[in-house]
Amino acid sequence: MITSFLIKSFDRTVIVAVAILLALAALIPALNLLTGPDHPLHVPTYLVSLFGKYLTYALLALALDLVWGFCGILSLGHAAFFALGGYAMGMYLMRQIGARGSYGNPVLPDFMVFLNWKELPWFWHGFDMFWFAALMVVLVPGLLAFVFGWFAFRSRVNGVYLSIITQAMTYALLLAFFRNDMGFGGNNGLTDFKDILGFNIQADGTRAALFAASALALAAALVLTSGIVRSKYGKILAGVRDAESRTRFLGYRVEHFKLFAFTVSAMMAGIAGALYVPQVGIINPGEFEPGNSIEVVIWTAVGGRGTLIGPILGAILVNGGKSIFTAAFPEFWLFALGGLFVAVTLFLPKGIAGTAQAMLARRKEYRKAADTDAAREGATAPNPVAAE
Amino acid sequence: MLAGMQLLLWKAQHSLAVDPRVKPEDDAGGRGRCPAGQRGVSGEFIKTGIALLLLAISLLIMPVTASHAADDIRAMVNALGEGNFSENRKQIEELAKTGDLKLVPMLEAMSKGDLYQRKTDKQVFIAKPAGSSFKLIDPLTGAGAGEEAQGGLEKIKVNNSLRRAVRDAVGGLTLMSPDDAVRLQAARTILASPSEDSLELVDKALATEKSAAVKPVLEQARAASLLLSSRPVEQKKEAVATIRAIGGQESLGLLSSVLGNADASLKPDIEAAIASIEQDRQLWGVAQNVWYGLSLGSVLLLAAIGLAITFGVMGIINMAHGEMVMLGAYTTFVVQEIIRSSFPALFDWSLAIALPLAFLVTGVVGLAIERGVIRFLYGRPLETLLATWGVSLILQQAVRTIFGPTNREVGNPAWMSGAFELGGLTITWNRLWIVFFALAVFAALLFLLKKTPLGLQMRAVTQNRRMAASMGIRTPWVDALTFALGSGIAGIAGVALSQIDNVSPNLGQGYIIDSFMVVVFGGVGNLWGTLVGAFTLGILNKFLEPYAGAVLGKILVLVLIILFIQKRPRGLFALKGRAVEA
Repeated sequence: MITSFLIKSFDRTVIVAVAILLALAALIPALNLLTGPDHPLHVPTYLVSLFGKYLTYALLALALDLVWGFCGILSLGHAAFFALGGYAMGMYLMRQIGARGSYGNPVLPDFMVFLNWKELPWFWHGFDMFWFAALMVVLVPGLLAFVFGWFAFRSRVNGVYLSIITQAMTYALLLAFFRNDMGFGGNNGLTDFKDILGFNIQADGTRAALFAASALALAAALVLTSGIVRSKYGKILAGVRDAESRTRFLGYRVEHFKLFAFTVSAMMAGIAGALYVPQVGIINPGEFEPGNSIEVVIWTAVGGRGTLIGPILGAILVNGGKSIFTAAFPEFWLFALGGLFVAVTLFLPKGIAGTAQAMLARRKEYRKAADTDAAREGATAPNPVAAE
Repeated sequence: MLAGMQLLLWKAQHSLAVDPRVKPEDDAGGRGRCPAGQRGVSGEFIKTGIALLLLAISLLIMPVTASHAADDIRAMVNALGEGNFSENRKQIEELAKTGDLKLVPMLEAMSKGDLYQRKTDKQVFIAKPAGSSFKLIDPLTGAGAGEEAQGGLEKIKVNNSLRRAVRDAVGGLTLMSPDDAVRLQAARTILASPSEDSLELVDKALATEKSAAVKPVLEQARAASLLLSSRPVEQKKEAVATIRAIGGQESLGLLSSVLGNADASLKPDIEAAIASIEQDRQLWGVAQNVWYGLSLGSVLLLAAIGLAITFGVMGIINMAHGEMVMLGAYTTFVVQEIIRSSFPALFDWSLAIALPLAFLVTGVVGLAIERGVIRFLYGRPLETLLATWGVSLILQQAVRTIFGPTNREVGNPAWMSGAFELGGLTITWNRLWIVFFALAVFAALLFLLKKTPLGLQMRAVTQNRRMAASMGIRTPWVDALTFALGSGIAGIAGVALSQIDNVSPNLGQGYIIDSFMVVVFGGVGNLWGTLVGAFTLGILNKFLEPYAGAVLGKILVLVLIILFIQKRPRGLFALKGRAVEA
């Protein structure tokens, strides 16, 4: 069954995309580590981290695409799952600091010592072990999505209502994580990480490995998403997207399908967050900002929702543009972003990948039509009435 | 006249600034007077407000002319420069007997050590340090009298017994003043800082007091002073009852401070009084929470009411709604700037001028957004959401580029400044006006929708677009006008919110989620739902705050709304019928 799932998941675009990602996972670290700084092909470490960050964004956009593009649920709270995964990873990294913090406390992170806490809160236990943290990276966002989705989909909250309450969810989390007594570092969040799995987090090798891990995770997520949307189950998801009531009347439990997609998507977002945090070196409540979630939506929309490589393209293009733009004209980035929102929704509703796909399909159809026309022309005499 | 005003101003400042018990009361229980997250009215502000009020009173009532000739009094004042402490005391008692109110500022200055004698001509002046030299003020008229180097002045020294004499004299002068307002203020000052010394004075004043307004305050002042004195227990018991009747934080402080040293037979009385004042205060606390809740609710209503039209009636998700509010606030700022620089006399009218302008500005911006973006996206709510979010980013950045990223100062007109007391409640004028204003806007909108042709067309287009078009309604225009109306109302809300919130490019963002919550909670497509939703959420928020803290309270409210939507996905007052599923 798994093999059939995998076989179905590979079509030409996915194979090409996965191949490119695998190549990048090997190439960029190699160019960074094996070439000297003066080599013309040398990739500096900061770029490796930057590209790694883009890949985690792409993973987040892909996760959103699974629910929005393929199931029609516009979540405006996906950054919350991303941030939760990030916090889980951040907690592991905090515990790894150990006695090297500025207060030198072997167990308590610095901010807890600063707040005069005597012992570790219960939810910080276990995060000294990587496997536990990795589990939490997936479980916490997944659980939140499951509970939230279970309530929301069961009572048939959908469309813009769902969008708005997902936004309220991330807003509530934002407010909560800003509080010092929550035990997640409040305003400053978690930072000052030292090492991950025993490797120095600042070292070039670790950075390269994190980049490769991001690329691999993205490739795996791509295969998984592709498998899901191409399976029989994915067909029903599309049915839910296009005609929810009809699908329900056909006897499918719509809410179960939505809940599954939403939970899987939240887990993917959590993984993206976990890979993001060690590469940027900080996680703070700002990641819960509702604006962030909406930005993810625009990446997906630019690239093309309902396509598999669209969100990846969109995330990389928009963020690349952002990096260049904010460096060159910091004043105008918001104008550009706002304009992008308007332009994409008005003129490019299918996004780059969607438009390209449609163009390809049209050309194919045209060619096919031309072929059949030619065939028909050869077989029968032209009918002047039909030609009119 | 001038001296009377000075006295009043001084009194106002003194009773608020010197009494240490007034300030901490504001922060009792960790809450200020104003709801968290909104710009509070500072103590400074209240002081100035009261001072202005008193100034107005003093302008209305003409201080009575002195019984002694002015020259006589001036000679007596100048005599203060000579003589030792005990002679000065006698002189002050003499001065007190003149009953001339003009003496009060001079006496106050004396007890503060601001009274000096000029060495050259032995004249006495009130002197304030100004740089290296001193600024002289005539002690009787309050007019400036030039400057004098430090060496040319000799300070008139005071000791404690002299200070007491001065205070008695001031109290006597003001308590015996023929002017009701002055006596009232004097009685209040004593009530605010009672002491055994003032008891005799108050007793004397009570004997002759006839005004119904002043007498109770004097009695309260007497009771407060009596508690601190060494009078017999029976009298004190009565005093406790009187203090109990006043209630409030100050009485509580006074009673608890005397509780420790009180006679054993008096203690139960005091304890009972404290308990009953506490109970009162709890009741008032509930009332205060309701008021704060109404106030927050009216702010939410203002922010959400435009959204109730664009989202509720038209079904457009306008994420740029908050920015319309922000534009309205900036319009107010620009209007005030122009008024400040060109027509300062019109400042009190600035809001009235800003209201229609803000409506126009945001209405036109709304029209442009509808014609330029939204009309291509009807029937695609999620895309509308994204496009309007983009518009909101552009508007924010545009305002940031033009006006800068920092907060802008928008002033309160006089009639919106200050506060007044209602029982145990402190109600600020701007909050009260905003509650009224929100209700007025609501009523106007309801009237527009239900009773005017435009409203009829709007409802027709929302309910059945094609049928409305068949009846000859130009639906695109109705769409555009409806959206412009919703945006214009957001602009009006911005004018009001500029009075209580920081005017910055981020102003709108703070309201957008709350506004959506109100509309969704109240029920989409229903103005009454928005009204009930706004006030329910406002009051709920304020009742949760004391227990959970401001942030946690807000989170709880969000969670409650999310749960509520599970139960009633269409809000409190859901529309029924076919329109719902469309």
